[in-house]
Amino acid sequence: MGIADPTRSLAALLARPDIRLGRAAAQVASPSVPTGFAALDAELPGGGWPTGCLTELLPAHEGIGELRILGPALARLSRANRRIAWIAPPHLPYAPALDAAGIALDRLLIVRTPSAHDALWATEQALRSAACGAVLAWPGAVKYAELRRLQLAADSSRALAVVFRPPRAAGEASPAALRLALHTAAGGIAAQILKRRGAVCERPIVVPLDPPRAVDRAPSAPAPARSADAGVCHA
Amino acid sequence: MAASAARALAHDLVVRPRDPAEETEALLGLAGWAGQFTPSVALVPYAGLTLEVSGSLRLFGGAGGVLAALREGCAAIGFTALAAAAPTARGAEWLARAGVERVIEDAGELAAALASLPVRLAVREADTLEALDAIGARTVGDLLALPRDGFARRFGRALLDEIDRALGRAADPRAFHVPPPKFHARLELPAEVTQAERLLFAAQRLFVQLEGFLAARASAARRLELRLFHRETRMTAVPVGLVAPSRDARHFTLLARERLAQVALPEPVRALALAVDEVAPLAAETTALFDDGHGRPEDWARLVERLRARLGAASVHGIALADEHRPERAWGERDPTSAAGRKKEEHEKPGLRPFWLLHEPQPLAEVDAVPCYGGRLRLLAGPERIESGWWDGADATRDYFVARTPSDALVWVYRSRGERGGWFLHGLFG
Repeated sequence: MGIADPTRSLAALLARPDIRLGRAAAQVASPSVPTGFAALDAELPGGGWPTGCLTELLPAHEGIGELRILGPALARLSRANRRIAWIAPPHLPYAPALDAAGIALDRLLIVRTPSAHDALWATEQALRSAACGAVLAWPGAVKYAELRRLQLAADSSRALAVVFRPPRAAGEASPAALRLALHTAAGGIAAQILKRRGAVCERPIVVPLDPPRAVDRAPSAPAPARSADAGVCHA
Repeated sequence: MAASAARALAHDLVVRPRDPAEETEALLGLAGWAGQFTPSVALVPYAGLTLEVSGSLRLFGGAGGVLAALREGCAAIGFTALAAAAPTARGAEWLARAGVERVIEDAGELAAALASLPVRLAVREADTLEALDAIGARTVGDLLALPRDGFARRFGRALLDEIDRALGRAADPRAFHVPPPKFHARLELPAEVTQAERLLFAAQRLFVQLEGFLAARASAARRLELRLFHRETRMTAVPVGLVAPSRDARHFTLLARERLAQVALPEPVRALALAVDEVAPLAAETTALFDDGHGRPEDWARLVERLRARLGAASVHGIALADEHRPERAWGERDPTSAAGRKKEEHEKPGLRPFWLLHEPQPLAEVDAVPCYGGRLRLLAGPERIESGWWDGADATRDYFVARTPSDALVWVYRSRGERGGWFLHGLFG
């Protein structure tokens, strides 16, 4: 054997998930689950929520649509008979709402943990098991080294691995391959990509989430009087 | 040689008395484990096991393969095995006892190999040994060189038969070991153990033994119990539940690690036992031709088992819909490993529901008849009247609204109209 073909070894190097390319969203054939939102898919490398690596979501606060943004992907995974593990969720994942969003309830596993340490352990177990199609975790305050462990576990899996972290974590370094800060925006939620494979994305992506419809028999409720100027971020 | 005489020669000699009962128990345990190689396992009292493996040679790649698997397994259980293979049971037994770990395939080779072994393997009586020594017969070969008639008259027919069986000239029927229907194995620890985690290494040996026992009967364990024995007669039982029957020693070890980590020992542990009462048939594993990336069905049961072993069964559950109007009762927990729940019925479509439900409704302050949660709430949709539960005491009359907080979060609030009036936060549109 002579010298290894340099273009091949370069391609192998560029295919590594921890290498970032200075192009726009890196066009990679990395496995992913479509988010169900065209605007978001267009900006995510692989065209969807990446599987087999760690994704961080940093919602500004609770109740802004941090789960609704995952809804279509979770519905798709559960309909494909993949299991979804919820590790240490802050509240009760509410069955009627999940069912209404098209998520198959019999595919869900809820794990309550007494401590952050147990939550990390359970997340790692779920990722290392081939059984889960998605693992959603709310581990609370985590250190870099602990995230690194999760990233390694996610690497070895084919699951969509999402860790929810507080907004102040945006300034900290993280081994996650994809990091999104979530804010409220007119007509939906604004996703600011803090880190992705490929070029930096300055512009927040506005994801339209279903505005709450007026329930039956309801008197006309004051609708959100907001101009729907997409692209503006109400952080 | 008396122990006192031996000590006089070597003063740092450690003398351990033989314990025939424990030796037999250890051999019986190994016999149960060895059942995975062949159903024909016979005990040689206080000496070892003989396995009739002619039917298993192809599976293990010849007698050498069987011996390698036996040695490896014995080492994992905590024994050092001397193993030999020969066309006759007695021949193999003598070779192994003499420490000649050979694989002998034909009778001629066997006769040559046996000829060099010392006579004490064939002769148990001390006076016969002395007499043989006196006539200069020290190896089995020397015995064979003696004339048969004279030999039989001088030393008895029995010894001649013994040699004939070793060489395959006479039949050597054996009573094969029948393993008990339940598994029980005990291990004395070399030193007292004060931390439960330290027991894992010893437990691992028992799990390997269990794996062989289960493999021999093509079955799997439903439930294990580790028993930790303390001084006196106290015992701590550590049950390990399994969602799906399994016989994988590595999996047992992982589960036991989590369970032992939770055990607080009242006293140091002196011995460890593993008991399995429930044994279920295990269907042979079928591997998918193409890896579909969804994992195998048992992966799921194993994940749930591991999580439950550490966090407790109540902390790991699935969810399902329930026929109830009160939102906090419109769902229920379900066993995550049971097959898909009841057929989805046509549930009455409720109004808009949030992804997050609070564990307990949180009372909200009210300013100028407007509920506040981080500031005044703006009601977007509602009211949805829910009036239910007057029959079971948990009466609820509530008007639900979807509301927006000043920081633009969407929340689910209600105004209670019962005795406990006022505004409550009940959910978040996550």
